[in-house]
Amino acid sequence: MVQLDAIQKRLISEIADLHSVPEGAYNFRANSRLAGRNTTANIDIVSKDDGSGIDVRIRPGTKNESVHIPVVISETGIKETVYNDFYIGEDSDVVIVAGCGIDNCGGKDSEHDGVHRFFVGRGAKVKYVEKHYGSGDGRGKRILNPVTECYMDEDSSMEMEMEQIKGVDSTERATRAELKSGARLVVKERLMTHGVQNAVSSYQVDLNGAGATADVVSRSVARDDSTQTFNARITGNAPCSGHTECDSIIMDRGRILAIPSLEANDVDAMLVHEAAIGKIAGDQLIKLRTLGLTEAEAEEQIINGFLR
Amino acid sequence: MLEIKNLSFAVSEADREKEIIHDLSLTIEDGKFVVITGPNGSGKSTLARLIMGIEKPISGRILFDGEDITELDITERAKRGISFAFQQPVRFKGIRVQDLLRLAAGKNLTVSAACAYLSEVGLCARDYIDREINASLSGGELKRIEIATLLARRTRLSVFDEPEAGIDLWSFQNLIRIFEKMRAEIKDSSIVIISHQERILKIADEIVVLSDGRITRRGRPADILPGLIGRAAPLSVCEKLQ
Repeated sequence: MVQLDAIQKRLISEIADLHSVPEGAYNFRANSRLAGRNTTANIDIVSKDDGSGIDVRIRPGTKNESVHIPVVISETGIKETVYNDFYIGEDSDVVIVAGCGIDNCGGKDSEHDGVHRFFVGRGAKVKYVEKHYGSGDGRGKRILNPVTECYMDEDSSMEMEMEQIKGVDSTERATRAELKSGARLVVKERLMTHGVQNAVSSYQVDLNGAGATADVVSRSVARDDSTQTFNARITGNAPCSGHTECDSIIMDRGRILAIPSLEANDVDAMLVHEAAIGKIAGDQLIKLRTLGLTEAEAEEQIINGFLR
Repeated sequence: MLEIKNLSFAVSEADREKEIIHDLSLTIEDGKFVVITGPNGSGKSTLARLIMGIEKPISGRILFDGEDITELDITERAKRGISFAFQQPVRFKGIRVQDLLRLAAGKNLTVSAACAYLSEVGLCARDYIDREINASLSGGELKRIEIATLLARRTRLSVFDEPEAGIDLWSFQNLIRIFEKMRAEIKDSSIVIISHQERILKIADEIVVLSDGRITRRGRPADILPGLIGRAAPLSVCEKLQ
């Protein structure tokens, strides 16, 4: 049974929209310890022999099932690296919800580095949702450095939603994907930084088979004195199509560096990148103010919509 | 009632002030439907933006229901009961049609209420309610959504800056019906429309003709229109080409 205190429950609801124990398979990790696990007939979760993480195995043909693997840290000074591997069977159709919430009220840094590897079988469909959240008013930093690797077999598809809206002081995200023919990857990243936070997000997507497609879209907001770097590269090694887009709102004294890049190694690779950085448009603020919103309320609505 | 008293407005242009509105005075009574017309560059849109508070005058006063609102900002004027439909509606990434209608209504709006506003402006609500107000919408669609936001606001004074532009495929009859319905449903509400369109001019209680930032004529359509028709000001581009 899952044993969580009030802070941990609040973190779980922030990162996974969970208010009680979920249906289906799950693995809860709290303060570096296993806090609860459930497996199903089709989804097995086992700890790695060396204790460094878990293996999640999804049987071929598993449909409409979900796996939740939230991590919460509520003690100060925890620093951990966890290796989680997902083996997703052929022709399955599953939702995987990961995420990490850190509440740090103490003076020491708390850090969770999750290394997730996905081996997506032929024809399988995966939706992966990852939310990161930090809270607590201690001097210790809240640090999250996720690494995500996707190895996608023929005709598989993966949709990734990655969101980090609040409270994480420092993050360095690295996402790599290799796609075989007919595979499809869609990434939707939402990022907001404030205070003196720093976020780096990099993508390397290799389209290795004919008909592989990738769409990597990042929307971010940098407020106060925060800084962000977005570095996305799509490499086309076959007749394929790839698109990357980085769209950012900059506020206050925030700084953003966007480096979208493309590499075509096949004459039939069709690759597109777009990047735009700018402050909130004045006419957007005016329009919402004519509806009776104050300037601050208008800004909030614009940012909420942008990061939807 | 809106009272504009001795209003002047200028912009800085190459080291000098260029006056766009000169000492203009105009009163719009409650329950009136007033169309402001005039040639391009006559200051019509500027006057509309001055009423909403988007531009600040260099001199003169604006009173709304007897209160001096000259120093009030856009938000405060909106809260007093003034609304404004932009000539070129603004796009927002991520904000959906229903979000904008909800903000306009200033309260939680049921989906069916939001749909009713869209149906009023001739949009199939089901197709639009969840659409983002982004570049995927055409100019004409945006224009109709803009009008729907004013329907949702239900304010005492509604200012429309060239509402007919870009909605050629939709019938003028519908647009006119909307204006009439707004007048009927909101007690003592006035409507100010900036327009060149003869069909809109015809239904006005009063036409105000601007030229070079001054009112040159004002009166009932029967008195004003004969002097305008056949001249460039009230004609659309298509009509001019004919």
